[in-house]
Amino acid sequence: MGCVEDLGYEVLKSGVSFKECRAFIEEHCSEVFYVNPGFKIFEKCLIGVPPIAIGLVGPVVILPYTKPCYGTFILRVESAEEADKIRVTGRKKP
Amino acid sequence: MTDNENNGPLLILGCPEVPVQQALALYCAHRFGSQGKELRIAGNTAVLQLLRVSDPGKVYVKKMMDLDRCIEDLSTRKLEPAECLVFAHSDAGISYATTVRYLTEGRLIAVVFGRMAEELGAGLDIPCEKIVEKAVHNPGQLRRKLDEVMGWAV
Repeated sequence: MGCVEDLGYEVLKSGVSFKECRAFIEEHCSEVFYVNPGFKIFEKCLIGVPPIAIGLVGPVVILPYTKPCYGTFILRVESAEEADKIRVTGRKKP
Repeated sequence: MTDNENNGPLLILGCPEVPVQQALALYCAHRFGSQGKELRIAGNTAVLQLLRVSDPGKVYVKKMMDLDRCIEDLSTRKLEPAECLVFAHSDAGISYATTVRYLTEGRLIAVVFGRMAEELGAGLDIPCEKIVEKAVHNPGQLRRKLDEVMGWAV
């Protein structure tokens, strides 16, 4: 996800399962939206098991990021533009 | 990319830490090759490097591509494989297999292996053909199951 790296990110958790990732986002984010695998975020396809939770806290996006060897990371990226896009295209319910 | 190139068989590999994966990847390439099909193999840098070293003459592996690029090409329909195998031995592998199901309409075969195979296989809830085997070092049983599902059995 080169674009995320360009934006700068903070790793909130690493080596989590997709279930743990969804639970973390649902517990810690004021707004939660759900999308299907392949959803484009930061111009890349999101990898995961549906429903994939994406958290928003104002302009901050909390999202899962999966790598084959390292499992799933939970990333925090500040991007008001992407957050607004998710508010429009994401689902409120799983 | 021609039609023939974009709908050929695709194999998506996971992290190379489980030994049977490498053997079965080469085996699949051989089997598809015997049918006159060039198997495209997608994986991360480590996986592709293992294949390059294992098959320096490209006798079996003709096409390789980066995993992120593969997912991108599937999402844009630049790749539309008629048959796609996904090897999964971890939670991440299940996530990739599920994502591929959402991105492709062709035949999908999920090969779930490793020490957690049964638990992971039970959690794979997508329409696909599933091969589940607790194989780590010995690819024999998985190969037999692959032969049956893929119609490669003699």
